[in-house]
This record gives sequence, C-alpha cells and structure tokens, in this order.
Amino acid sequence: MPNYTLKINGKSVSFTADADTPLLWVLRDELDMVGTKFGCGIAQCGACTVHVDGTAMRSCQLQVSMLDGEEITTIEGLSTEGNHPLQEAWKEVDVPQCGYCQAGQIMTAASFLKENPNPSKEEIREAMQGNICRCAAYNRIEKAVALAAEKMS
Amino acid sequence: MSTQENKYTFSRRNFLRASALASGGIMIGFNLFTACKPNVKPSVDVENLNFNDFNAFIKISDEGYVTIYSPNPEIGQGVKTSMPMIIAEELDVEWDKVHVVQAPLDIKNYTRQLAGGSQSIRHGWTALRQTGATTKQMLINASAVKWGVDAATCSASKGVITNANGDKLGYGEVVKEAAILEIPENVTLKKPSEFSIIGKDVINVDVDKIVTGKPLFGLDYKEEGMVYAAVVRPPSFGEELVSFDASEAKKVSGVIDVVTIGEKARNFIESGKNNWTFKLSKSDKVVVIAENTWAAIKGSKAIKATWKEGSQLEDTKLHDEKLLSLLEGDKFDIRREDGDVDKVFSEADKVIERTYHSPFLPHNCMEPMNFFANITAEKVHLVGPVQTPEYAAQVASEMLGRDLSQVHIEMTRMGGGFGRRLYGDFVYEALEISDKIKKPIKMVSTREEDITSGIYRPAIKYRIAASIKDGKITGYHLKEAAINDNMYGLIPNFFPAGCIPNYKVSTANYKSNITTGAWRAPYTNFLGYAEQSFFDELAQELEVDPVQLRLDLLENVKDTEDKRIEYSGKRMQDAIRLAAEKGEWGKAKEGVYQGFSAYYSHNSHVAEVAEVEVKDGVPVVTKVVAAVDCGIVVNPTGAINQVAGGVIDGIGHAMYGNLTFEEGKPSSRNFDGYRLIRMNETPKVEVYFVQNELSPTGLGEPGLPPAGGAVANAIHKALGKRLYKQPFIEELKSNVLG
Repeated sequence: MPNYTLKINGKSVSFTADADTPLLWVLRDELDMVGTKFGCGIAQCGACTVHVDGTAMRSCQLQVSMLDGEEITTIEGLSTEGNHPLQEAWKEVDVPQCGYCQAGQIMTAASFLKENPNPSKEEIREAMQGNICRCAAYNRIEKAVALAAEKMS
Repeated sequence: MSTQENKYTFSRRNFLRASALASGGIMIGFNLFTACKPNVKPSVDVENLNFNDFNAFIKISDEGYVTIYSPNPEIGQGVKTSMPMIIAEELDVEWDKVHVVQAPLDIKNYTRQLAGGSQSIRHGWTALRQTGATTKQMLINASAVKWGVDAATCSASKGVITNANGDKLGYGEVVKEAAILEIPENVTLKKPSEFSIIGKDVINVDVDKIVTGKPLFGLDYKEEGMVYAAVVRPPSFGEELVSFDASEAKKVSGVIDVVTIGEKARNFIESGKNNWTFKLSKSDKVVVIAENTWAAIKGSKAIKATWKEGSQLEDTKLHDEKLLSLLEGDKFDIRREDGDVDKVFSEADKVIERTYHSPFLPHNCMEPMNFFANITAEKVHLVGPVQTPEYAAQVASEMLGRDLSQVHIEMTRMGGGFGRRLYGDFVYEALEISDKIKKPIKMVSTREEDITSGIYRPAIKYRIAASIKDGKITGYHLKEAAINDNMYGLIPNFFPAGCIPNYKVSTANYKSNITTGAWRAPYTNFLGYAEQSFFDELAQELEVDPVQLRLDLLENVKDTEDKRIEYSGKRMQDAIRLAAEKGEWGKAKEGVYQGFSAYYSHNSHVAEVAEVEVKDGVPVVTKVVAAVDCGIVVNPTGAINQVAGGVIDGIGHAMYGNLTFEEGKPSSRNFDGYRLIRMNETPKVEVYFVQNELSPTGLGEPGLPPAGGAVANAIHKALGKRLYKQPFIEELKSNVLG
C-alpha cells in the first residue's frame, strides 16, 4: 500500500492506504479522527463534510491519492478550543438532537459563511440544503448559522 | 419484609443503597426500573442487592460535585439531559455542578432500560424525584448528626445544608457520614412551584462533544485488535444464499477473510424461543472481514453470490391488491365496538367513506447500523447503539448458549433511532461474526444495506366511514389493513372513541416476508393523518368549522368512565384552543391557507395549524404552530426541539417518504433515490405548551402524527384537492400539477 502525507488541521500526517480510499475512512479508521461522519457514501447527505483548502467538500468522495499537498480541515480542527462562532452558536441555540450530522452541518456552514458573511435567511436555507438532519433540527440549524454570522460580523 | 406480599412493596430500601467510596465521596445506587414499576416482581432478592445490582447511580464527591449516571439509551430524544435534571432538582444541587455519564445495561434488574414509545420521562418521573429527594434527606440527616440537632430543623438548597443557627455544610462535607446512615422513608417531594431546574432550559449535556467531533456514537467505538466486517445479505426479501465466489473479494487489499454466518440465527429461530427484537432471515450471509471499513465495503461489493427463491418475492402491486381485498372482505378482528354502527349507517342521511394509502418507509437513521462484538471464553462484550439493550442481551445469551451474567452491553449515543434500533439484528450479526472468527469485530452497514435490508414501517391502508343524520355524526367505522401486524395496545380507543356513540374499529393483516416493525409513532404516524384528514372532510360536509367540530365532539368524552380511553377530552380541547389561538386560526392573510389537525398519542395531546402558500403552482408549507399538553415540561429547550423535529419529520415523510418493492427488492437504495426533507423545504415551526402541573409525558413521538393531516388539510384549502395517498408529492405531481 502506498504512503501518503497530508496536511490535516495544520499538522503533517503520514499513513498508508490504498489509492482509492476515501479521505473519510482514512480519517476515521487510520487517524482516529471520528468527528467526520459516514452517512451515505455518495455525497448526498453531507455528514462527512470537511474543508479542502477552505472549501466544503464531501470526504466520502475524495480519494487520498488526489489530495496531495492540499490543506484539510476537519471538525476537530475547526477551532483550537471548540469555540468557532458556529460551535458557540450551536451550543447557544441547543441545536443537536441525536447530534450525528452536526459536525457536517457546521463544516458546511463554516465554508459558506466565509464566502457569504451576511447571508439572508433564503441564502442560508439554500446553502445548507445539501446536509440532511434526520432528526429535522433544521429550524435551529438555520437559526444557529444566522447567529454565527452575527457573531462573526 | 416478613410476608411474601410485603416483599415486593415499593420502598426506599428496595431501590436505594449508599456507600462510601474509597476515593472519597458517596455513591448512591438505585434500581430505577424496579422503582418505576413497583408491582413488577424483582428478578433478584432485593434485600441482598449489592452495587452491581443497580442500574443507575448518583456519585457525590467530597468537593460536592455530582455525577449522575443516566440509565436510558440516548437516541436524540434528550433523556440523557432531562432524566438527570429531575434527580438534580430534588437533590437540590446547582446544574453546573452536575456531570452526566451514560450508564451501561444492568441485565439483572431491568424493567425498562430502553428507548421507545416516548415513555422514559413518564415512567421515570416519580422514581427519579424520589431518588434525588431521598439522597438529599440523607445528607440533611448526616448534617443533623454532626451538629447534634434535629434533622427537621435543617434544610438544604443548592448543595448546602443549613440549620436553625445558620450553620452551613456543603454536601461534599457530609457524604462520608451520609453513606452509613439508614435510608430514610417517606421523603417529601417539592411542589412544582418550587422547581428551579425543571422547567428551565438546559442545553444537551453532550453538546460540547457533538460540536467538536469527539467519539460518542457506536460507529466511533474502537478497541485494540478490532477488525471490520461488512455483511452481504439477501438482495431480495424471500431469497436465500445458495453459493458464493469470494475470489475477487479476497484480492481487495485489506481484506482478511470471507466467512458465512446464519447458523446461530437459524438455530435461535428454530428453538422457538423467539423474542420480539429478533428479526433476521434464515438465510446464510456472506461476511467480509477486513482491516478497515473501506476494504470491508469494497470486498463485500466484490462478492459474487447466487441466491434462490426461498419464499415468494413480493412487490408493491401485490401489497396494494392484498390490502384492498382485505378492506373489501370480512376477515376482520373487531378491536372496539360501541353501539350499532350498521344500524346507524343504514338509517343515515349520508355515509361518507374514504380510503387512505401509505407506503413502506425505511428509518434512515443518519448513523448506519453497526455494532461491536468481542466474544471470548470469559465474556460476551457488546458495544453500540441499541434502543433495547436488555432484550439484545437475552437473545445474545440464547444464541451463544452463554449465561446472561456473561453478557455485557454498553450503550453508545445513537445517531438516530426512530424505532429501527429497537431491533437487534445488527447486534446478533455482530456477535455471530465475532464468535466465528474469534476476534473483536465492528459490523458496519452501508446506507444501501440499511435501506434495502430494513425493518420497515409497513404499508397500511385505512378505510374510514362516518354516517350523518340530521346534521350530526352518528356513527364511525375505521378499518385497518396492514402488512404483518395491526395497531397495538389502546390505539382503537383513541379519539373519536367515546365521542361518537356508534363506533367500531376493525383490523386485518396480510403476512409478508418483508421485515416490518416500529417506526417513530407506530401506526399513529399514518393513522393521525388519515383520521384528521377525514374529520376535515366531515367538517366541510357538515358546514362547521373544523376546530369547532373537534371541540364539540370532545365534549362527549369528558365524563367517560371507560378505562380504555386514556386521552382526555379536556386536555385535547386545551391543546386545540391553544393551537387555534397561537396559530391565528381563521385569520390567515390572503394567499395563506391553513389546515388543522389534533392527535393524542404516547400520552401527550398535540394540536397543529399548518400554513401553505402556493408558489409557481406548488403548495409550500411555510409555517406550523404546534400546541402540546405533555404536563410539566421538564426541559423546555429540549421539548421544543423534539416537537419541532417531529413536525418536520412528519411532513417530510408524508410529502416524500416512499419505499416500493419489485420482486422482493426495495426500489431505492440511497439518498439519491430516496428523498428526505431538507432545510430549504422546511416550514418554521412554533411550539407552545399548555401550562399545568400534571406529571410529564414524553415528546419523542407525539409531535409527528398530527403533522401530515394539518398539511393535507391546508393543501386542500389551497388547491381544492384532497390527498388520500402518501407520499403527497406523487399525488400532487400526477393529479394537481399535471
């Protein structure tokens, strides 16, 4: 199996994996970073969202062999103290029910707010529609994204 | 404890025991589930319990910090937060001094260590309060001894005990003394007006871990030496394994081995010792064992298996025909009958009859099914997300021929349950795999496997008829035709039982080889919509306001002495009036269309007003106002989250949820073909609670059943079209939108 070195959450990490292994499974099984979740494996639910060079992407679709030299951020590295404005907003609004999809929701929202720091309600609803929350905590996710935008401005 | 009868009388001594910890502090053990159901015969001699016999604990450290071990599995319904809140309230400690830990399963003393039916809070309410209050009294008694005063002159609040002289002791300062005192009987519980934690918003206790991605869920669990397992199950319901070729799978790098399982499951089925949580096919299954999940999944896709038809391969067309013919036929069980429905139907001015159709639904928990198992000569160690750990332990013990005391189950937080994790099929597969290869394993299902080998909400059809005479509803007949099982428990006695003098519920079922089971608010998730749509039509026919029609009918049940009727006419009316007021019923702006629905389920009363607007010819649900009577609201922020989620879940599945079958095979396999509601399709949901001081009831399910009906009724107002079939989107496409 080939060796890879990736920059994840600011640190250089080496591991062996098959070339076609999705980043999702490298994170979860090889690197013990389990915050990035497996939901569907076909980029439809958003539970596995990470940032590649700051852009939200579905880690279930990213083969490790394609990621050479890219900067990857996962939920574990979104902030050093778990205090990114989105994480703070998520707590304040008490968003999670089961909580499984929330890391993916936060990662999608973080990338979105970087592009659009002052989104309208409609823009939030469109930007977040790729992330499924089966508990349907959608009202609170929407509210928390808006609150985080406020905190960041 | 001298007589046999006394032996099982509920007493503090029966479920509480305290002892000093070597590390400092006190541990209070209590048997919550014996306490919750005092008439249940304990499985062990309560006089000789030791600490291992308890299933819930409070630990108080010398510094006064309190750890509460929460007994019930957490599936997103919030009990890991709300159940400890109830203890902390009566214990009278500040919430920021409380740390909550998930307790493991106690297989000896369970009576209800499960998540299901929205019952955790309802059953736990009194016992949790008594536990907190008893512990507080022990700390007060210990302080009184220390001060040499009468305990009655002391009081405790916020972790501090005070006596008449104004002396103060922290809980942590008297824990050692408290641990050796007699457990007090007859403690006084707080009045609801004295609550300082219950009724306040307490944020989900796991929120920090959730938003920072810490391991919490079953899929996150790991042990040294663990390997991964992917299971190849029959692709169609009714098929069985004939043979397989694993040569390509074994070439996948990371694949360790390919084995089959199924023998232990078959033996269990054939033993006749069935358990309701056991739903596995008799077929052998192929299992790919690998070093990591990806290799296991890849390997499982490379298996070339041959299957044969073991029983009929069914399809949706067949189900529709069977259920319709049941509705037309006369093979019904009569579940409730009041008066003479046939007579009033024959004498009526008009009889209205409608038929409502629903499809199969998969649960689609966001966390796919998975479980860890490590079967060794010493122990059966199982870890993962399961709503019914005690049943899983029993089946594990039977399947493996091991003593129940050797089975150890740890519950992880669950990435959704919705009823799917009531069934332990994934536990039983995992243990059979580990037993076979003698290694710690993690069984992981993909989304495709979850959707196609599910334990589904079955397809059901309702035919509802009502007779009208002189402008009044005189008779009501509900017929249910369902796959595999029928409505359970007291559902035949729900509204409008007791409201209409001639009333009948008849049920029939068709046995299918497709596995079915509970799905969030079983039966009522669809019945609520069917019934409440029907009442909307009745109101239209009678030319009365739909809200008024329900209020008037509910007058008739207010003084009922029928013990089978557990819903309350008054509480339902309270919820209806609150929803109508907060939802501004009848005062919608132009272009906004309202629909009303009210439904009692799982011991809570809920009424909802849905608003629909038509955008580009498409009805869009923009707002739902829900009013709920669940008694005392333990944790308002959690309660609102549950109801709002239930409403949107109900709308999402009524609108889009649809699993059809062809030749025994589900037609959707993943979220590209199976539609779940997404944020841009969700209404704003406002939730209000009827204020009273009645004992609390659950909220995981009750918000869902009324939602589909409120939306269908609003769509009718908007488009003039009644919806009789779920998912609505199909009917809207074919009938309304052309």
